[in-house]
Amino acid sequence: MLTVKDLSVKLGKFELNGVNFEVGPGEYFVLLGVSGAGKSVLLQIIGGLIPGASGVVMLNGKDISREKVQRRGVGLVFQDAALFPHMNVFKNIAYPLRSLKLNDREIDRRVRELADMTNITKLLKRNPANLSGGEKQRVALARALALKPQCLLLDEPISSLDVQLRRELRSLLRKINANGQTIVHVTHDYEEAALLASRIGVIENGSVVQTGKAPEVFSRPKSEFVANFVGIRNFFRGELRDGKDSMKKFLFDGGEVSVLTGEPEGAGYITVRGEDLIISEKRWESSAANSFPGRVIALEPARVGTEVLVDIGVTLSALVSKESVSNLQLEPGSKVWVSFKASAVKFIPG
Amino acid sequence: MTGFQPLKLFFVFLGGLLLLFVIAPLAGMFLETSPAEFFDTAMEKEVAGSIWLTLWTSMLATLIFALAAIPFSWILARKKFPLKRVISAIIDIPVVIPHSAAGIAILGFVARDTAVGRLGDHLGLSFVGTPAGIILAMAFVSIPFLVNAARDGFLAVPEKLEKAALNLGASPARVFFTVSLPLAWRSILSGLIMMWARGMSEFGAVVIVAYHPMITPVLIYERFGSFGLSYARPVAVVFICVCLVFFVFLRMLSTKYENADG
Repeated sequence: MLTVKDLSVKLGKFELNGVNFEVGPGEYFVLLGVSGAGKSVLLQIIGGLIPGASGVVMLNGKDISREKVQRRGVGLVFQDAALFPHMNVFKNIAYPLRSLKLNDREIDRRVRELADMTNITKLLKRNPANLSGGEKQRVALARALALKPQCLLLDEPISSLDVQLRRELRSLLRKINANGQTIVHVTHDYEEAALLASRIGVIENGSVVQTGKAPEVFSRPKSEFVANFVGIRNFFRGELRDGKDSMKKFLFDGGEVSVLTGEPEGAGYITVRGEDLIISEKRWESSAANSFPGRVIALEPARVGTEVLVDIGVTLSALVSKESVSNLQLEPGSKVWVSFKASAVKFIPG
Repeated sequence: MTGFQPLKLFFVFLGGLLLLFVIAPLAGMFLETSPAEFFDTAMEKEVAGSIWLTLWTSMLATLIFALAAIPFSWILARKKFPLKRVISAIIDIPVVIPHSAAGIAILGFVARDTAVGRLGDHLGLSFVGTPAGIILAMAFVSIPFLVNAARDGFLAVPEKLEKAALNLGASPARVFFTVSLPLAWRSILSGLIMMWARGMSEFGAVVIVAYHPMITPVLIYERFGSFGLSYARPVAVVFICVCLVFFVFLRMLSTKYENADG
């Protein structure tokens, strides 16, 4: 359906670096990334609104990279809806239909059909300035669907709405997708991604670093951004090297840890859950293969217990009970040892 | 904040002086012109003809040059290109040079012994001492007002609205006429009014390119030079009244339009 291959562009200080992903027919693909990751730029490049990018964009087997904006077959909904302020809702939805040179009766029929689907029939005579955020997005969706795009591109359509409106709009987007509409939706909101996506792509530093179904992406994160979302505070990128016996060494910027893994050597990521970190006053003789001296940077209350941030060259986050904080008399500046087992370290190749 | 504020009072006093400076000479001119003098002057064929000439040449100058100035302003607002700042500065040159010098420059450009003059002659169009010359002189000195206002108007239109329209299948021309132009219209109209008003009040450049036929500013100057202040004053008063009527009407028209806020 939609294939993006080696897409690169440099816009001032911002850069997209060889973006690759594929979206199947009827799929709801969510591109997840922090603000400034290049999500909106990517959508505009696919839509042909930002020229000068290298790489290939294919839609249904046809290379549309050099195609005119009007003939690409993709509909784009902007974050703030981008409704024409000098036209009422009816005229906004009718705008793309006028390009098709349809007669007034046909335009009227199509506009009412789209308004009915997006539940905005009562708003047709209203001006955009008098619409709520959710209503604006519904109008923008109806307008984008008017040309029956092969692929609908959504630029954070829900992010600025309140909880109730989000729920309603999510339900509408599911309905549109269920009708067979292929959707590429960019967002920085994990919840949105988890609730809507049939597949997720994670975009970081100008490239797509991971794609997969939501449970897969969230259980084996390949970006700090996603790792933090699923509660993993200790996430490091580096290289797995051969070690002693069954254990391997993972080298990263700031240290070296022992890892118990069957994965082959190579680049990848490690994660360690905060619950698996043990904090002690002195070095602790135990089965833990990893033991580092450090200094407490901060103590932050967590939903359960306390999150203790310890500087060991890099910052590790340990989840401990309030009793332990009190018993060990932990406070910023305290000297401590942090230990964890090699089996507590998860290595994710990639 | 309440209470006595000497600074505020001082600023109000300065503002009052400024207003007096503008109003006093105009009010004096009006008060010294009797209603009979006013109507006699307004009925004079030479005065009425000159006012009509001034109005239509300035309007035509505005309309003709707007055809190029408005699309050019969009380019200045939207596109990046080499020497853009230099080009923007060139557009402002007519505002900063003496208008008599502008008149000399135009005359040197369109006189009969120049290439443009010969081309005009060939087409049966003469610029020296004709309404065509007046239009050129008026447009030269007033075009920056339109270009700058229209450029600011286009800059105020969010670019994503134009992108959205393109994505919705509209051609660039349709986007320009249905999105960019309507949303920038208030600024453009304001620029058109300013260009027209500036052209209408032009004296220095026009008097050099076309002393005859006489536009009203030249007629006022001629009457002052030949007959003195008391003969020039009623013509000036009639002309100011006509200008004010048009200016107020067009300003009211422009307030009907709201600029885009995205």
